[in-house]
Amino acid sequence: MSLLIYGLINSVILALYTVGFSLTYGISGIANFAHGALYILSGFAAWTFMNAAGLPFWLSGILAVLISAIIGFVFYWVLLLRLRGIPLAELIVTFAAGVAILELLTWKGFYGIRYSLPVLVRGGVEIFGVGIDYQRFIVLACGVFLVVGLWLFVHHTRIGLAFRAMAQNERTALSIGIESDWIGSLSLAFGAALAAVAAMVVLPLGVMESTIGYEVLIYALAVAIVGGLESTLGMIAGSFLIGYGQIAAARYIGAKWMIIVPLAAIVFVLAVRPSGLFGKFKELEERV
Amino acid sequence: MAERDFRKKRLDRGIKARSDTIFAVASTKEILYLLAPRFVPVAILLLLPLFLESYWNKVLVYACIYGLLALSWDFLASCGLFSLGQSLFFGLGAYIAGALNYYFHLPTVVTIPVATLAGGVLCAALLSPVMRLRGVYFAMVTLMLPLLLMKVVETTGVFGGTHGLSSLAGFPHEMLAIYLAIIGFLVCLFLFRRIMNADYGLILRAIRDDDRSVMSGGINIYWRKSQALFIAGAAGSFAGALMTHHYQFVGMSTFALDYSILPVAAVALGGPGTFAGAALGSMILVPLSEALRALGGLRIAIYCGILIVSIILLPEGFFHYLARKYHQFERIEKIK
Repeated sequence: MSLLIYGLINSVILALYTVGFSLTYGISGIANFAHGALYILSGFAAWTFMNAAGLPFWLSGILAVLISAIIGFVFYWVLLLRLRGIPLAELIVTFAAGVAILELLTWKGFYGIRYSLPVLVRGGVEIFGVGIDYQRFIVLACGVFLVVGLWLFVHHTRIGLAFRAMAQNERTALSIGIESDWIGSLSLAFGAALAAVAAMVVLPLGVMESTIGYEVLIYALAVAIVGGLESTLGMIAGSFLIGYGQIAAARYIGAKWMIIVPLAAIVFVLAVRPSGLFGKFKELEERV
Repeated sequence: MAERDFRKKRLDRGIKARSDTIFAVASTKEILYLLAPRFVPVAILLLLPLFLESYWNKVLVYACIYGLLALSWDFLASCGLFSLGQSLFFGLGAYIAGALNYYFHLPTVVTIPVATLAGGVLCAALLSPVMRLRGVYFAMVTLMLPLLLMKVVETTGVFGGTHGLSSLAGFPHEMLAIYLAIIGFLVCLFLFRRIMNADYGLILRAIRDDDRSVMSGGINIYWRKSQALFIAGAAGSFAGALMTHHYQFVGMSTFALDYSILPVAAVALGGPGTFAGAALGSMILVPLSEALRALGGLRIAIYCGILIVSIILLPEGFFHYLARKYHQFERIEKIK
């Protein structure tokens, strides 16, 4: 039973890691390799607001999300504008920016036990003989809320529909008056904001370290590849596959093997089904 | 506005006849003009170890090793395979050479060639399942594979586990290692350029540009891609084997991200597609990163900053920029 519950929570955490990355890539085709860095950066931003400025957690959380979104937005106009359409250059620039952020954080001394965000609600509850604290429930709720909310957003709002238009065909979208640079930068801002939201709910479960940034990036990549880079359903399926796989591996083989699960899943899935589990459109032209 | 009235006009030098590779040579000066950019860097590279201190000689070896990895990256990129995992090639070569020497006490004369060939074969075999992938997808898998192998070594403890294999056979003289690295690097550079300009390379480049049409021409592109993987893998493995014997040690760090990212950065800085760009990029980046070592933790951040700026301002790469300046006149002309 604990396997089921912890697997579920782990899967939702992975989905939270991935949702921003997958959104950005799905819309503008930019693989934002600074995703993990933005995740941990917003965590430290929230911490700074709380401890240096004395703001309450909810306010500093909102501020951190905003800051992350602005950074994503600026990234587009400063770094990526001149490089659109050269995937390799986009990838290297975002990766380099991410590594630069992480190294700067390490250099400023942002690691250690004193850096942690508070949980929203203390305490826990026992379900079917498995103890779970309330924060993990919040993670669950937040994950469900984000995925459903995002689906509604891209299907029923003007910006969301513009996002989808851009994802399907950039030139046609341009010809009916959707400005691709504007939407591209918004997609990056949204992805970064989602990374920050994930950080606000997941980080209170543990200690903050800048190296978490790399881990988040690797998990986000793994889930996105296994699920298919542009499909929401695939992302959910991918995170559940890897999430449960990890918990099962930790239980039956040993905790050391947890990290191998996503890597093995990628190699296996790509060898069998190169478009990922649910990669729908673009699959033939782009991947194979 | 003064800027509006004038424009920059670029003219090819008269020596160039109709294409980029055919020249009309009429005098010794023109022969020199063509040969100098090829021979001067080679001569400098060959003479350099005689004048450097031993610390900077080590840096030179590093530069050549990263240069080999960058060349092998560029070779793969020339047939449409963007890899983010050169450390896979590097690590495989390093571990094969290290294991042969450690367990069977074979001399370096045997281990380095064996590691080069076996590493190439292993790379092609390991990557064969994902050869059908393209672009970012291939890149992501190659990014993961060395990390996976690193974890396998760590958890199973095979080949010395986290401690690695130490006290391996070294080179009898340091100069031998240095010149082996330099000559391997140069041979690789000119060999790859030769291959890419031959008919064989034409097919590889065609696979990059439009693999469907190559397939419809009756050529098995997966067989060609695996050959390209073998060639690139062999170059990377040679670098790994060389490094193993130079430091007389092989460990998990050979699969580290550095060996994947730095070659890509070097190519991005130097300019892809010509191999000379990759070579130039690694010759700039590696000494630069050594010079920044004094800054400690900030080093990587600054290094990333330089990389970002150079990519944004010169997306074509350093080498293409220099080549253009070398081959063309520029003058400011009044707009009529």
